[in-house]
Amino acid sequence: MISYGKHRFPGQLFIVEGTDGSGKSTQLALLHQWLKAEGYPVFFSEWNSSPLVKDTTRRAKKRRLFTPATFSLLHATDFADRTERDIIPPLKAGAIVLADRYIYTAFARDVARGCDREWVREIYRFAVRPTVAFFFRAPLDVAIDRIVSGRPELKYYEAGMDMLWDDDPEESFKIFQGKILEEYDRMVTEFNLTVIDATRSIERQQREMRSIVSRHLKEKAGSR
Amino acid sequence: MREMSFYGTALPGIELEAYAGKLIVIEGPDGVGRSTHIALLRAWLESQGHAVLDTGMSRSVLAGRGIKEAKQGHTLGGLTMQLFYATDFADRLENEMLPALRAGFVVLTDRYIYSSIARAVVRGADAGWIRAIYGIALVPDAIFYLRIRSAEELGPRVLQAGRRFDYWESGMDLHNAGDYYESFVGYQKLMLREFDRMSGEYGFRVVDASRPVRRVASDLRRAVGRLVDEVETTNAVELTSHSTAERKSQNSVSGRAPQAGEQTLSRGETKGTG
Repeated sequence: MISYGKHRFPGQLFIVEGTDGSGKSTQLALLHQWLKAEGYPVFFSEWNSSPLVKDTTRRAKKRRLFTPATFSLLHATDFADRTERDIIPPLKAGAIVLADRYIYTAFARDVARGCDREWVREIYRFAVRPTVAFFFRAPLDVAIDRIVSGRPELKYYEAGMDMLWDDDPEESFKIFQGKILEEYDRMVTEFNLTVIDATRSIERQQREMRSIVSRHLKEKAGSR
Repeated sequence: MREMSFYGTALPGIELEAYAGKLIVIEGPDGVGRSTHIALLRAWLESQGHAVLDTGMSRSVLAGRGIKEAKQGHTLGGLTMQLFYATDFADRLENEMLPALRAGFVVLTDRYIYSSIARAVVRGADAGWIRAIYGIALVPDAIFYLRIRSAEELGPRVLQAGRRFDYWESGMDLHNAGDYYESFVGYQKLMLREFDRMSGEYGFRVVDASRPVRRVASDLRRAVGRLVDEVETTNAVELTSHSTAERKSQNSVSGRAPQAGEQTLSRGETKGTG
């Protein structure tokens, strides 16, 4: 098994991370459009999308079967399927792979749920190290406002209700997001995440993202 | 009572407390007769008045169905399979095995983490990686390894049980040359080698399963009988001290004594069978 950091594929992997409501999916969609228009072969992969694992996750959420450990392991299973199917083969084919959320989402959420930091990192050792990992950093209140105002009801696990921090879903969600943000902040240096200030205008963030991505694409073209 | 001890990092949110039951693992390759021996042991233990929980791979409420469905299509990748099984294991550990052990059940498990580790390593996974994931596993009270002398012996046993060669048990996903039978033998050989490697590392009690079922069963019954008798002695200690001592301090007192006794027993066992 080849582990994190040791993969050498002709393709490039760009991923976005951030708390809910940070605007990362919007930014990735814009990047996707641009790369397609530029004529690059692009493959898009999102969190929690393995067809093999989907039904199990859905059922477990509905029936509230998860513990922090099984939540972590089932998401790792989903991610493993994506890695084996959607990430490594396109990278081998020389494509640009875009991923909405990556292993850092698991590190942040699972540790916020009480899983051991080292154990969770060990599980994901098989992951491909991204070319660039963008972290869209929004202050807690901004992100929470965007989520709470845009959605009729917070879901059970999304709000961290399984942790019994607070009976009120909105309060629980705030506590959970606070812990997640703390974990993200720790990871910036650990994993060399590229921080984008998510409070600035959408256009400015996108310009910054495109300039970083195009630098890597040029480097790649130059090395051939 | 025995203190809980884990191979690595314990599950998040688990209280490390003494438990009254016994965790007994039956390991061994496909077709060796694990389920036969578990059924025999269960009936015998229940006739002796012990409550038994039996469990095994891909039987979890959470992931059992998903694993079976994923295996149908033969599109399950190596890493995905290992992690799906780890999810299944964690669910059964937290929601079946640990509660049953706390309640004083004898838990008989058909395979434990060792088969999963062997399968992963045979499929090219990093040995340290898969062991770290299964660091959440409780160290069992005893691991009986039903050992067979050669992989060729397993084929007829699978067929005798009325089954055919299964895609995964034959390691067809490894794409080695040959038909189902040849692939089965080749795959099982690799598995046996991994089991032998783990035997010392995890302290397997090796039972020669090339012998007739009757003889294997009587060995298992004797060894398991000795283990569950400890439960009774321990519980007696607990009853007498219960009236006088706090529950907490009493747990730690009664938790240590049988552990020491058990180690001598397991050493004797290994000498006798190995």
